[in-house]
Amino acid sequence: METASHSTEAKTNYLNADYGIKSWLLTTDHKRIALLYLGSITVFFFLGGFFAMLIRLELLTPAGDLVLSDTYNKLFTMHGVVMIFLFLIPSIPAVFGNFLVPMMIGAKDLAFPKLNLASWYIFIIGAGFILYAILTGGLDTGWTFYTPYSTTYSNSNVVAAALGVFITGFSSIFTGLNIIVTVHRMRAPGLTWRRLPLFIWAHYATSVIMVLGTPVLAITIVLVALERLFHFGIFDPRLGGDPLLFQHLFWFYSHPAVYIMILPSMGVMSEVIACFSRKRIFGYDFVAMSSVAIAVLGFLVWAHHMFVAGISTYAAMIFSLLTFFVAIPSAVKVFNWTATLYKGSITFETPMLYAFAFIGLFTMGGLTGVFLGAVAIDLHVTDTYFVVAHFHYVMVGGGVTGFLCALHFWWPKMTGKMYPEAFAKLSAVLVFVGFNLTFFPQFVLGYMGMPRRYHAYPPEFQVLNVMSTAGASILAVGFLMPMIYLAWSLQYGKEAGPNPYRAAGLEWMTASPPPEFNFDETPVVTWEAYNYDEIDGTKKGVEVVG
Amino acid sequence: MSDSETAVQNLKHHFADLEQQKATSTFGMWLFLVTEIMFFGGMFASYLIYRLSYYNAWVAGSQTMEIQYGAINTAVLICSSLTMVLSVHSAKLGKRKMTAICLILTLVLGFAFLGIKGVEYYGHWVHHEVPGLNFHFEHTGNYDPRHVEIFFSLYFAMTGMHAVHMIIGAGLLTWLLIANARGRFSSEYNSPVEMVGLYWHFVDLIWIYLFPLLYLISHHHNG
Repeated sequence: METASHSTEAKTNYLNADYGIKSWLLTTDHKRIALLYLGSITVFFFLGGFFAMLIRLELLTPAGDLVLSDTYNKLFTMHGVVMIFLFLIPSIPAVFGNFLVPMMIGAKDLAFPKLNLASWYIFIIGAGFILYAILTGGLDTGWTFYTPYSTTYSNSNVVAAALGVFITGFSSIFTGLNIIVTVHRMRAPGLTWRRLPLFIWAHYATSVIMVLGTPVLAITIVLVALERLFHFGIFDPRLGGDPLLFQHLFWFYSHPAVYIMILPSMGVMSEVIACFSRKRIFGYDFVAMSSVAIAVLGFLVWAHHMFVAGISTYAAMIFSLLTFFVAIPSAVKVFNWTATLYKGSITFETPMLYAFAFIGLFTMGGLTGVFLGAVAIDLHVTDTYFVVAHFHYVMVGGGVTGFLCALHFWWPKMTGKMYPEAFAKLSAVLVFVGFNLTFFPQFVLGYMGMPRRYHAYPPEFQVLNVMSTAGASILAVGFLMPMIYLAWSLQYGKEAGPNPYRAAGLEWMTASPPPEFNFDETPVVTWEAYNYDEIDGTKKGVEVVG
Repeated sequence: MSDSETAVQNLKHHFADLEQQKATSTFGMWLFLVTEIMFFGGMFASYLIYRLSYYNAWVAGSQTMEIQYGAINTAVLICSSLTMVLSVHSAKLGKRKMTAICLILTLVLGFAFLGIKGVEYYGHWVHHEVPGLNFHFEHTGNYDPRHVEIFFSLYFAMTGMHAVHMIIGAGLLTWLLIANARGRFSSEYNSPVEMVGLYWHFVDLIWIYLFPLLYLISHHHNG
């Protein structure tokens, strides 16, 4: 087994193997493609964040005084479209999945390296269309493109934006396809399915959703475009069509898409929590299978977005019940993580702080999802800030927290440098405090009846809205800080060495940054995942890791 | 170039051997076809829902279809599947010339399909059956003519998407022909031919469902 004990010497790695812009733009190395994605989605994250700040500024006062109502419609639409399609969907799978899946299974690359590069280009082209739509008048349909507004009445750039979403969808399909095939066909000798890190299981489940769900969104968008451009009657009731059909098709993808955004974060949590508790993950089989269960059940709950849209009461009851079912595998994960923490040797490095934040925030986001899945409560709080708070707890509290957790945990592996621990901890705390201050008041606002998607509101809601805007400012600082100190660490950060956390997993058994083809020799796996007892127990004797 | 040379030349760096490489690309292709099923599935589901909701209008729409075009095209596509499978077979035997001939035949049949489809589309235009642009339907039964328009909307969406897939397939066949002429395939390395074959058969299969659902289903219905 390569122990990488002498990897601190200057050595060729994937970053210095070749220089120049061409070596990046034509690379088929999954690690470089991951960094291309990281750069692009960071830009889109701050663009989406910019729209969010404008929304929060408008809502600082009850009167609609900063922007016109039409502009406000465009702001929340563009915030949603950019954050969902250009940041959250590709975030962890395309960056960390890309970087880590081959490394964690001891492969030299993903199964289809050229397809992998192509998916980045497809993503950029799709993003180009979305940016074009934003720059030439914007989009005001909400990120959901509901018909008939989107196909008939909206005066904004629906077709360009929809085309952008259609195209980025293919990048997501190809990433998912690549990951599934890689996990099936490229595992190192000895790495059986039940020895796989849970990050891999989570990405496998995510990829199944990407592969099965995204094509349905694609064809739905094609039909919307046909109706808008050529007045083909499909969804517009004036043309005899049924707008509910659009909602069914749209949510058939877009509800499972929520799990595309959260499952990878759950995979990250399993790695990080095991590492900083120095313990084997509790209930490995259950955590692995709960990812698969979420992927399967996630396809059966879509109509809970449509309780007030005019579906039958019986359909609503069934979808409500199925929605409760999907809470079970999510709870299985949360309980298994807490059981892993129990009697662990816990340390509080930055990734672990994010992991704690994730457990708490995701639990709140998930539980309020169960509230919303209950038809009676949903009728009361649908289209209020309660819904806004709920999905931000899942997507920011879960998705973005998981992304930042992964970014800190694997930053030393990707760059070979440590991030500055004190600054990183400070920003983790700021994110946690800022996030709760932003979104917790929104639960209250929603429960009191403040509707979403309005640029003005009655004065009695102002105090909570001011709290929310103040929290958003803190959150913004928490998000900007890593940009600065991570960039700083590229030059001045401490050398990380191959395995700064003494973590388990094949990716830590090679140099940081890894060599071009990941491993000097193909590893042979003879141990279970998360063998922290073995790593810590044998630490004084034979140097097993790093 | 000998067989083992093309084999070595075509083994990508991240695979242990050609066998693993081939198993990987076959699996990838099947998975891609699953995504295609979901893609067309969205339209098949819409078709099913509207057919159940607007049954009489659906019958009226389907009865205007000219079955001879659909039938001839079905025959053309089945023949093209035969020539495709023959080209995969000859590629596996390392017969370059035979592979080329079969690929050209497949390509010709593919274009024949698209040509006939084009003639049919022109007929729809002449008969004012293109939704949105020039739709006018002689309304005789107990149904809303707008629902016949929806039938035609889905007809054009489904057959149009199928035609787009045929055009992509024609592009892939052309690429295979060029690669074959350059001697890239051998009895040991021929998986691109096989992968394009899978795709081509899949696109044929979509048509095998479209033909009865759009043309035949209401043929004997006295509505």
